Amino acid sequence: MIPLSHYLLLSAFLFSCGVLGVVVRRNAIIVFMCIEMMLNAVNLSLVAFGQFLGDATGQMLVFFVMVVAAAEAAVGLAIIISLFRNKQTVNIDEINILKW
Amino acid sequence: MEFFSPTDLLGSSPILALGIFSLIALMANALLKNSARVVFFISVAGILAAIGCAVSIFPMNATAFSDMLLVGGYASFFSVLFLVIALFSMFIAKPYLEREQFHYGEYYVLIMLATIGMVMLGSSADLITAFLGIEMMSVSFYVLAGYFRGKLSSNESALKYFLLGAFATGFLLYGIALIYGTTGTTNLLRIVTMYPQAFNDPLHIIGWGLILIGFGFKVAAVPFHMWVPDVYEGAPTPVTAFMSTGGKAAAFSVFVITFSVPMSMRDERLIMILAVLSAASMLLGNWFGLSQTNLKRMLAYSSIAHAGYMIIGIASASSIGQQGIAFYLVSYALTNLGAFGIITMLEKENGGNLNYEDYAGLGKRKPGLAALLAMFMFSLTGIPPFAGFIGKYYLFASAVQSHLTWLAILGVITSLFSTYYYLRIIVYMYFREATNHEEIILPKLTFVTVILCGAGIVLFGIFPSLIFDLMKSIF
Repeated sequence: MIPLSHYLLLSAFLFSCGVLGVVVRRNAIIVFMCIEMMLNAVNLSLVAFGQFLGDATGQMLVFFVMVVAAAEAAVGLAIIISLFRNKQTVNIDEINILKW
Repeated sequence: MEFFSPTDLLGSSPILALGIFSLIALMANALLKNSARVVFFISVAGILAAIGCAVSIFPMNATAFSDMLLVGGYASFFSVLFLVIALFSMFIAKPYLEREQFHYGEYYVLIMLATIGMVMLGSSADLITAFLGIEMMSVSFYVLAGYFRGKLSSNESALKYFLLGAFATGFLLYGIALIYGTTGTTNLLRIVTMYPQAFNDPLHIIGWGLILIGFGFKVAAVPFHMWVPDVYEGAPTPVTAFMSTGGKAAAFSVFVITFSVPMSMRDERLIMILAVLSAASMLLGNWFGLSQTNLKRMLAYSSIAHAGYMIIGIASASSIGQQGIAFYLVSYALTNLGAFGIITMLEKENGGNLNYEDYAGLGKRKPGLAALLAMFMFSLTGIPPFAGFIGKYYLFASAVQSHLTWLAILGVITSLFSTYYYLRIIVYMYFREATNHEEIILPKLTFVTVILCGAGIVLFGIFPSLIFDLMKSIF
């Protein structure tokens, strides 16, 4: 059987990739995809913990996370579209009428 | 097997009432023409019903849904606070949106949905409900921030809020996953008993650190504050009023419940981390507040600074600190709603009339309004007899009691800084000549709300025992 630490390391790696992507990439949609990757990395560790603890809470929480991620995707893409209609760009460096 | 016990239904009655009324409002909005007014009244009715439910379950002291939700006491106190904030921010919003000709029913429905999230946060006894509450509140806020969909500033504020908020959610969730993995439960009441053993596991400590990052974003503490000024400036003003009061109060209510678990160990390192967060927020918030010219942006930095003051209460880990936070949240909510209410009344289309200069001579043109705004600024500074003073007093006292005297001294010094930018607006109102002489029209609904806020801060400033007596039974 694959030990728990392997799952956790993979999950930590995916999470770090997501964080790095959010910090480095400038395209709003790619930043958003990286955030989704962070959430799914967490899902992986939740499922692994649930399996190893023999407890269903972890698996159940994953469903909540998936629902929340879907809601966030709907709202987030709508926001990006309404911004694109007004400005014709999704590059977050060009979105700067409010000073950062 | 029974699915719901009476406690479950009673305990979640404020959430259920809000949920039912928001669905009715949504249907009315879809079926009727020109429905914004109808939706407004349905929403007000829903919030009043929820306040009734929350008040009636106040004496209960139980948990519902197998320890997922707290019922009564603490939960009721904060539920009523969030509901009153939501009600006032609707009153502020209606005349503003009518004037901007962007008055749609969805606005009120979103406010109610965000309030459901807040009520869930204030009553969460489990990390799962805390997560769901935060998300429910934040997703509604993202939409509300982008409510003026034709305005670039509103779009931009929504995008920044959304990206950084979702980013913070990732950290919060990872923290929850690690705590779940090391203790085998997400329930805060059970983690407390597990805590001493789990404490030796580094993964567990990392988990709390990640949760702290997530909450740091939501309460706008330095160094997780980057989104605050932009989002507050770009969002429609009534939305900013709602976010800065309701969002902050909800985030703090869950911050207090959650961190009472690791703080029960009185670990020096964690106290130090929280103290540094608080000190950094007070210093940077007030420092950047000094150089602002836009009032919404100034209040955003002030909101960061106030987050710093309130974290003192968590770092001190005493019941007096927690009471101080609860009182501070009440006074901050009333003060900020009042100040933003006045800003919405004076704002012109496309974000005009938001600078200090635009308030020149207000003392002569609208003496009542100027006096109210001056009161709110005094309360934010923390000058007696207003409620802000009592809140600060309790927080600083809790710091001294917990041997964090340096934090209390820093708090007093930074409050002193803040007088400059709070009182500057009073100087402009009373000691400068007016530059524009356009007629100012005051919408009655907003004006009455602002007067209620003003009355509240004077009342709670002079009789703080009204709230502290309530809180003795809670903490």
